[in-house]
Amino acid sequence: MSFEPLKLRADFPALGRVFDDGRRLVYLDNAATTQKPRDVLKATRRYYEESAGNVHRAVHRLAAEATGLYEEARQKIAAFIGAPSPKQIVFTHGATEGINLVAHGWARKFLNAGDELLVTEMEHHSNLIPWQQAARAKGATLRLVPVLADGTLDREAFRRLLTPRVKLLAVTHASNVLGTINPIAELIREAHAAGARVLVDGAQSVPHLPLNVAALDADFLVFSGHKMLGPTGIGVLYAKPELLDAMDPLLTGGEMISRVWDDHATWAEPPQKFEAGTPHIAGAIGLGAAVDYLAKLGHDALRQHELALTAYALEKLGAVPDLKIFGRAPERLGVVSFALEGVHPHDVAQFLDRDGLAIRAGHMCAQPLLRRLGVPAVSRASFYLYNDRDDVDRLAAALLAVRKFFHAT
Amino acid sequence: MQLDDLYQEVILDHYRHPRCSGELAEGEALVDEENPLCGDHLKLAAHIAGDKLTGVKIQCQGCAICTASASMMAEAVNDLPLADIRKKSAAFLAVLRGERAASEEELGDLVALRGVAEFPLRVKCATMPWHALEAALKRLTP
Ligand SMILES: Cc1ncc(COP(=O)(O)O)c(C=O)c1O
Repeated sequence: MSFEPLKLRADFPALGRVFDDGRRLVYLDNAATTQKPRDVLKATRRYYEESAGNVHRAVHRLAAEATGLYEEARQKIAAFIGAPSPKQIVFTHGATEGINLVAHGWARKFLNAGDELLVTEMEHHSNLIPWQQAARAKGATLRLVPVLADGTLDREAFRRLLTPRVKLLAVTHASNVLGTINPIAELIREAHAAGARVLVDGAQSVPHLPLNVAALDADFLVFSGHKMLGPTGIGVLYAKPELLDAMDPLLTGGEMISRVWDDHATWAEPPQKFEAGTPHIAGAIGLGAAVDYLAKLGHDALRQHELALTAYALEKLGAVPDLKIFGRAPERLGVVSFALEGVHPHDVAQFLDRDGLAIRAGHMCAQPLLRRLGVPAVSRASFYLYNDRDDVDRLAAALLAVRKFFHAT
Repeated sequence: MQLDDLYQEVILDHYRHPRCSGELAEGEALVDEENPLCGDHLKLAAHIAGDKLTGVKIQCQGCAICTASASMMAEAVNDLPLADIRKKSAAFLAVLRGERAASEEELGDLVALRGVAEFPLRVKCATMPWHALEAALKRLTP
């Protein structure tokens, strides 16, 4: 199917926004969060307007409908990522919570002093700090796989670091700064051969790439709904059944128990074991609708669209004088981080905002990576299904104008 | 949205040619402030002679607003009595928080930064140097 971003844009109310000066919004901060299509807004709204009962609790119709919609969303998401069973889908508030859940419920339970945890230099803080904390708590050692100048992982260093002491490799499938897509299947295979478990941070990949978690043989996968057209405050932890069985819950309380006595309790089966309290029901339903939208579009068509647009963006931005692009990996997402010589990323973003363009500027929650790149901050444009060449042209033109302003005297 | 109020010529001039600026060696700086939101980073050195602050030197790695604010601040407070600095600091921060109008009499050249108050996300960029200065004064006058 051919891709028509302009038609798709009509599905997103926020993208119809026109500012006071008549300029239309050009939204290029999709790696931070995406806009929401009407289908998602409608699904969450319908839950609140018609079926707002709690899940797994009452016998009345609203509760039954809510439970049905909530579990149906779990099934859709399982199918979307190729999970063998919906029981392997734990709803969280996002990728961050998923990683923390594994760091507490699994790593802190099974790590011993002297064990090692392996992450990479391109991790988002959310896939770094929970491991720093777990390592500290358990007397384990955290090591980082270096990133090469082109923005890819140093595979030789990876193999060197992958000793039998490594109990877990926690690695992002794709970098939110460099756009690099890591060879995740190979990394998982090598880690498994060395006896390590693997957590895949899919926050940037699940929204954009075809992915089958069972074929990849990932032990854990986390992602966030809001980066894939879904609501904020909802995300997913996928894990293999034996790991979910062995793990401890992070939160305890209602809805996660099997039986409760005065002084102790037993846990429900996964995934309920990890979903204490009333969950974000509307969020889960909205994420189910987002997954429907993406599935209808087709991941392969989406990928082709983003590849073509990214190539065009690299060409257009490459032609802006004094502009440096970070990350030149051959396999990449539609994420382009850059620096304009002599202009701070915040000032770049401020000027672009005036022109109606939303980009991100800052350290991108990846301070160790930016330290390696030798910059305190970068600007980042990131694309999605509703962006087109016109958006890229506007970006390039705005960057030329910023450069002219700051280099004028 | 008007950016001219934000990026005035005087601000750009301070950004391009920051005053009282230079590398600060390890141990030379009194304070080392970082804005965790954007990674902007500022070090400040100064000492007290009599009732005045002097030898203000700043190493700033930041956006145009932060760098210019640091430069203008350094110029404004160097060789000024501590009591006047505290007054100026309170006045500047109140203006940037939108609590009161800027007076040229009170703020001098610093009035050029009043436009920042219209950009809530950038207020921190302009106030960070002043918070660093307050921290430095605390260390110098325990
Ligand atoms: C690679 C990566 N991992 C994890 C996260 C954290 O996602 P969330 O803030 O939704 O928990 C992000 C979000 O920016 C990300 O880009």
